[in-house]
Amino acid sequence: FPGLADVSISQDIPVEGEITVPVGSHSPDEDYSTLDEPVKDTIMRDLKAVGKKFVHVMYPRKSSALLRDWDLWGPLVLCVSLALMLQGGSADSKDDGGPQFAEVFVIIWFGAVVITVNSKLLGGTISFFQSLCVLGYCVLPLTVAMLVCRLVLLAGAGTVSFIIRLIVVGAMFGWSTLASTAFLADSQPPNRKALVVYPIFLFYFVISWMILTFTPQ
Amino acid sequence: AGPGAAGVGPGRAGVDAVSAPAQGGGSAVIDMENMDDTSGSSFEDMGEMHQRMKEEEEEEAEGEAGAGEEEDGEFLGMKGLRGQLGRQVADQMWQVGKRQASRAFSLYANIDILRPYFDVEPVQVRARLLESMIPVKMINFPQKIAGELYGPLMLVFTLVAILLHGMKTSDTIIREGTLMGTAIGTCFGYWLGVSSFMYFLAYLCNAQITMVQMLSLLGYGLFGHCITLFVTYNIHFHSLFYIFWLVVGGLSTLRMVAVLVSRTVGHTQRLILCGTLAALHMLFLLYLHFAYHKVVEGILDTLEGPNMPPFQRVARDIPVVSNAVLNTTAKAIALTL
Repeated sequence: FPGLADVSISQDIPVEGEITVPVGSHSPDEDYSTLDEPVKDTIMRDLKAVGKKFVHVMYPRKSSALLRDWDLWGPLVLCVSLALMLQGGSADSKDDGGPQFAEVFVIIWFGAVVITVNSKLLGGTISFFQSLCVLGYCVLPLTVAMLVCRLVLLAGAGTVSFIIRLIVVGAMFGWSTLASTAFLADSQPPNRKALVVYPIFLFYFVISWMILTFTPQ
Repeated sequence: AGPGAAGVGPGRAGVDAVSAPAQGGGSAVIDMENMDDTSGSSFEDMGEMHQRMKEEEEEEAEGEAGAGEEEDGEFLGMKGLRGQLGRQVADQMWQVGKRQASRAFSLYANIDILRPYFDVEPVQVRARLLESMIPVKMINFPQKIAGELYGPLMLVFTLVAILLHGMKTSDTIIREGTLMGTAIGTCFGYWLGVSSFMYFLAYLCNAQITMVQMLSLLGYGLFGHCITLFVTYNIHFHSLFYIFWLVVGGLSTLRMVAVLVSRTVGHTQRLILCGTLAALHMLFLLYLHFAYHKVVEGILDTLEGPNMPPFQRVARDIPVVSNAVLNTTAKAIALTL
């Protein structure tokens, strides 16, 4: 190879360098950092997220925080506490006159799933778990109503208490429906909002009915 | 050391080629041609490891930051290569498995199959609800049935809610099962079961109707039931119930029957289909009212006195219920008149 005999590389041109590909922004170190933190931090972070969502439900503004980071802790806690409070409300002790724990649990979750599937079939843009999250969190006013009903029933079960309970449950039912509608109806095409609102209305109506007809032993 | 050093050069380059993509995030390319370097004698392996250790020290002495990531993969020698090979294979299998699972899921659990049946506007639903109470006159021309499932589904759920309300206010005691389970089972069982049965009969009688249309027709026919039960569970007059049963129930039954007749040819077939549907629909309304509704027991007590046993309604004893209720109805009418 005569042409290559006089190839020379001058000393000041660098022929060395990095061959490694720069690592992307998502480095695995980020994920490991939350694994090493103390448990208290993790729990506090989750509790704060749940608490923030509760505040969003009680004062429904058009914010997307409830939708963006969905979690099902809040709905689970609310569902379990509501089911526990609704227990033991049977007039007949040997048969089940009142809703059992499993019944309430199944109603809430099955109802939420049906509403979610319905809203997706009607062309909604919200995802499955986001919708479950919103519906579960909006049970909060009804849980508060249940608490109030139980306290009122401690004082006696007459007509006056029934009227008080009716007003309280009715108000909370309206609040629940409005709150969940504020979050869910936006994800629908504008002319079909009524089609999505009606099952939500029915769902919270059934839960309110269970709360209102609760009579302790 | 000489042949060892010369032999380790290309081997090391091969290891670099394998380790770099592994650190960069899972490339599926494995540089297979250098695998054979490690299947030699143990002397070669030891020499390789020794050489690599020396080179690692040199790199650390120079303080290169980029070599830190390569250390994890390449320092392990023969085991490192196998470990990386194993990891690559496992990674590939995971990807393939995930792809297959998501494909199967999207194929079978696709709710988009149902999407065209939910494509309605609220105006349309309202119009169809009102139309379900108006019997058509033209039975010689096949009437159009909208194959829509939103309205019927919502009506079934509404019926469940109304039924729950009725059962609760009448203190119905359900022996085996729960209130909610009974209500849901009854309503959905009626809608799906009677639709399937009518579809089967329609198939036998050569009627032009599909399953979705039958579901839709029967579902909208439940609108009359909803209205009747909603009114009569709250206003406990049996005469009122009978009027509603005849008028409202009759209208919705007539509509369903007319639509079915328009789609069937032949007198016998028409008779079979319509007779069955009318009977089932009207009897269902009767059943819902009497099985889950409070009898006006106060009148019973005042008229019969204390020797009448306390009336305990169980959802299954229909003949007992209907006899007692008919007696009470007669007495109630006599009392009001």
